[in-house]
Amino acid sequence: MEQHTNSGNPNVDLAYRRKKNAEDMKHQVISFVLMIFLTLIAFFAVGYDKFSPWFSVPFILLLAAVQVAFQLYYFMHMSHKGHEVPSVFLYAGVFVAFLTIWAFMTIVWW
Amino acid sequence: MHVEEKLTAETFPASPEKATLEGKNKFIGFWTFLGGETVMFASLFATFLALRDKTANGPTAEELFKMPLVFVATMLLLTSSLTSVYAMYHMKNFDFKKMQLWLGVTVLLGAGFLGLEIFEFNEYVHEGFKFSTSAFSSSFYTLVGTHGAHVTFGLLWILTLMIRNAKRGLNLYNAPKFYVASLYWHFIDVVWVFIFTVVYLMGMVG
Repeated sequence: MEQHTNSGNPNVDLAYRRKKNAEDMKHQVISFVLMIFLTLIAFFAVGYDKFSPWFSVPFILLLAAVQVAFQLYYFMHMSHKGHEVPSVFLYAGVFVAFLTIWAFMTIVWW
Repeated sequence: MHVEEKLTAETFPASPEKATLEGKNKFIGFWTFLGGETVMFASLFATFLALRDKTANGPTAEELFKMPLVFVATMLLLTSSLTSVYAMYHMKNFDFKKMQLWLGVTVLLGAGFLGLEIFEFNEYVHEGFKFSTSAFSSSFYTLVGTHGAHVTFGLLWILTLMIRNAKRGLNLYNAPKFYVASLYWHFIDVVWVFIFTVVYLMGMVG
């Protein structure tokens, strides 16, 4: 968990940590703005009836995937160090999730 | 570092959620749980996708769903995800009062979302869209209702943490608890992103 080298001076360390936290916060606000933006595009793509469903459905699914990546890597800090084990568990879950959805849809639709 | 130790902003560690063994265990254990939650929601999504056209002469998705309501609910929940990020930002800076304030805002936004969902379900039932109306209605209420139950649990969880620790302040005993609760809240938002896309937007596309 050593994200910084100790200078031995608590006040210097504190100032450094505050600055680092503020930088993290800035990234998170930027990802929030992008998430809102992606959501607006998705709602617009569906509300605008000139798009065919063959375009809009894959398009909004892609937007959702991008938005979830922002949520996981910035809001849930998966971009930080020390998230190797969480990634294993999460991606194992995502793998089973894909298998389940794929199986159900092929069984029922074909 | 000791769990009960009284800390100051200077002595508070950079990653308070993982500074103790208990915190590390909570962190790993909680992500394991989220992997399991992913699988559970996947099975509900799979069921919904398989059955969403089986309306049995009951109302269809296109007839029921209203874009403004879904949009407002989505904005409330997305914003509440950001406010809980602010709460964790103040937690890392050892600012207990501001953390509590932002957690309070998160709870209010989450409660607004939940209120909208209750209103929405009530409307649907009055329009003749009950749990047992069709395979579509059962899979819809199970999926969206399970998410709503998670929101309810998350609200109670965060509120309990806020009240229980109101006088204790921030230490290495409760920092992992706040951190894990905020992870749960973000995960609820992750699930909602797929719900508004797959259930509502794809339902309105037809």
